[in-house]
Amino acid sequence: MRVAEAWRVALDALRANRMRSLLTMLGVVIGVAAVVALVAIGTGTKQQIERQVEGLGSNLLIVVPGRLEAGAAPTSSPLTLDDADAVSRVVGDRSRVAVTIASGETVRAGSRSGFASMQGVLETTPTVFVRELNRGAYLTRTDVSTGRRVAVLGAGVARTLFGDRDPIGRQITIGGVRFRVIGAFEPLGQSLGVDRDNEVHVPVTAAQRLLGTDRIDGLAIRAPDRDRIDQLGRDVVATLADRHPDTDFSAVTQEQILGVLGDILGVLTGVLAAIAGISLLVGGVGVSNIMLVSVRERTREIGLRKAVGARPRDIGVQFLLEAVLLTTTGGVLGMLLGAGTALLVDGLSPVPAALTWWSMALAFGVSAGVGIIFGVVPAQRAGRLDPVVALRTE
Amino acid sequence: MTTPAIVATGVTRVYQLDGFSVPALRGVSLTVEPGDYLAIVGTSGSGKSTLMHLLGGLDRPTGGTLLIGGRDVAGLTPNELAELRNSTIGFVFQSFHLLARTTAQDNVGLPLVYRGIGRRERRARATAMLDRVGLAHRVTHRPNQLSGGEQQRVAIARALVTGPSLLLADEPTGNLDSATGRSILTLLESLNAEGVAIVLVTHDREVAARADRQILMKDGLIVESVPGTAD
Repeated sequence: MRVAEAWRVALDALRANRMRSLLTMLGVVIGVAAVVALVAIGTGTKQQIERQVEGLGSNLLIVVPGRLEAGAAPTSSPLTLDDADAVSRVVGDRSRVAVTIASGETVRAGSRSGFASMQGVLETTPTVFVRELNRGAYLTRTDVSTGRRVAVLGAGVARTLFGDRDPIGRQITIGGVRFRVIGAFEPLGQSLGVDRDNEVHVPVTAAQRLLGTDRIDGLAIRAPDRDRIDQLGRDVVATLADRHPDTDFSAVTQEQILGVLGDILGVLTGVLAAIAGISLLVGGVGVSNIMLVSVRERTREIGLRKAVGARPRDIGVQFLLEAVLLTTTGGVLGMLLGAGTALLVDGLSPVPAALTWWSMALAFGVSAGVGIIFGVVPAQRAGRLDPVVALRTE
Repeated sequence: MTTPAIVATGVTRVYQLDGFSVPALRGVSLTVEPGDYLAIVGTSGSGKSTLMHLLGGLDRPTGGTLLIGGRDVAGLTPNELAELRNSTIGFVFQSFHLLARTTAQDNVGLPLVYRGIGRRERRARATAMLDRVGLAHRVTHRPNQLSGGEQQRVAIARALVTGPSLLLADEPTGNLDSATGRSILTLLESLNAEGVAIVLVTHDREVAARADRQILMKDGLIVESVPGTAD
């Protein structure tokens, strides 16, 4: 029997029982759709996090007190601006070192107020991290050395306090202390769950005076080149350890952050896909079941086909193709449904979703495989039917 | 055409049912020559259906030798047996056995599917065969749009489409009224006149009497073999 003919016969058989074929297919449709949609959401989330981490700037080395291990207790920072100077000497370029001291503060302009993340920083921040100004100017070295009370507003803070008006030159208070607005950032969005548009940058010295401390939370370094980044991290950590023998320090790169997050998300995506895969398996059992019913119903037809010259293999192939057609059609529909769901989730919810060819190809391949695996037993049964018995069946 | 269509020598067939051996055929010898018109007569349980299944290559004997078209059935694989059925034997059944959702033309073309012949040629040959059995006007009808007699004619066209040397008919008139039954027999006889050997299985003495030769079966044995009377 020719393959084209076998497909035609299989298609005819499925058409003859439209409702039953559709319901059987539904199990596969749901399974494949679930795999495709969940993998898309997992991939989208991973890509978003990667973009955010990479969006911080390239060749970034982040130095914080404490060990970066699961279960490590948070460590209060002993770092000061003197440490930042020492690190600058190790790096050899002051403009590549940024510091932060952060605190949540109430910001106010006239009658309008909001809650913002005040960041005490050096004038180097926009060169170390990627940060674009929308208008005005950033902090200068003089602003930092003199502790001038000037502020650069995140896009969200600017909108909260000034709406569409130009904030440059206006007065605000941060934690009750007056500051003058000298610049505003371009909108940046979220990064690792933090709303970056809710930041207010002020000179680190001004922030320290406001908070009554001489400490800083941590340092970030933009390494001159990728190859030296690990060595630089070790040198910086060693320098800081010399200066603060009681404290551990850690230096992490973007690759390390991405690696850890990627592993976690990979496992999560795998688990979700496996759960979805189970529903695909259940769909396959449904296919097997319906094919056994189909073989029984068409026993006379099988007998006749054998009488006129069908070989056992012809009959087996016919039923196997029927099962494969059932599951691959379900697979294609499931792929479309899964892709549609992923696009809908991506468009209408904050959860990102990214379709990947491999997940669609995999889901389709698995659905075809399910058809073969669950179709083979009914097909063999059909192929082995004794024609004499089959013809006699009423 | 000197090879007999069928040569059966001491053929037995024993079924195993729940551990018991049930002999359905107990030693049947029979030769069907090309162009023969033979009727096998017997009551139900006489073994005539078992014999027909064996002659048609649907089943294999337990003992004895059976040659179909000169080939020993015992040595054939299931695939070879299927090819033998396809090439040398045409079946006509009491209940027609047509595929319900399939047109007359595609029902007739079904045996050609298993020869790997393309759809266009199958349809051309099927249409020619339907013309031969007098159904040129029913080519695209489905079985439920045809009368019983027309359905049996479709089944006969299907049996003939591969050009077999032997046509096995199992109670071909059993589901038809007597007038229609007679016209089917007339059709079979005209095919026989063209050289196709016909073996007719029936319990109807009147039908059997039209054959050139009658074989009466009882308890798995041939008890009587008589030349047909032309009255």
